[in-house]
Amino acid sequence: MAISNKPLVWGPFAAGGTLTAFLTPALILLTLLAALGHAPDLLAYERLHAFAGHWLAKLALAGVVFLSLWSAAHRLRITCYDLGVRADTVVATILYAGALAGTGASVLYLMRM
Amino acid sequence: MAEEVSRKPYVRAMTWRWIVRHPRYVRYMAREFSCLFIGGWTLLLVWGLQQLAEGPAAWAAFLECLKSPASIVFHVLALGFAAYHSITWFNLTPKALPLQLGERFVPDAAIAGAHLGAWAALSLVILYLAGAF
Repeated sequence: MAISNKPLVWGPFAAGGTLTAFLTPALILLTLLAALGHAPDLLAYERLHAFAGHWLAKLALAGVVFLSLWSAAHRLRITCYDLGVRADTVVATILYAGALAGTGASVLYLMRM
Repeated sequence: MAEEVSRKPYVRAMTWRWIVRHPRYVRYMAREFSCLFIGGWTLLLVWGLQQLAEGPAAWAAFLECLKSPASIVFHVLALGFAAYHSITWFNLTPKALPLQLGERFVPDAAIAGAHLGAWAALSLVILYLAGAF
């Protein structure tokens, strides 16, 4: 039987889809409030820096970034196919690599805090 | 000798135009396009982490950038698409996680409703803990 990488790709997509369904609207609301000039207390530099300084928060933030980016990348890959782009391997490579690069960058920034 | 067969498979031309042929396709694409906004907001989060690691001045500049009109428009659209993703995702949970109690299956509306309720509660907890109200 051929070895399939489908579960590897689809697992984080399903996990990310669930995570973003539960978390993302509330998180977007936080930065929307900041955009409207009513930044919530958490977004004050001292508080957010202290929050992101804890190892558990770092782990959670990196996890949120990875799963959100991966599920968005996977969905965008399928959408490209739906829109008639047939170079699936190229599209998939670029998008998944982008998701991993974004995750790597966020880990790097979190390590500096 | 076998008859010569010229294979010339028919490849149907595919464009984006099928999307607007039926309201169901439009709703499907709206759901799929939510990934652009969720992914885009997550990249904003990565940028925010970079600015936060840089120091107080960089963070203040980041918050100032958020206040631009383009950012506000993006946030409103992103909030709408993210909420649409949540609703469609939770409405599909009865298909992904059918739950059997004894002889009968738990009704779809109960499974989806429980997820939607948990989503609302969790969102309120996040907003409260972040000091949004």
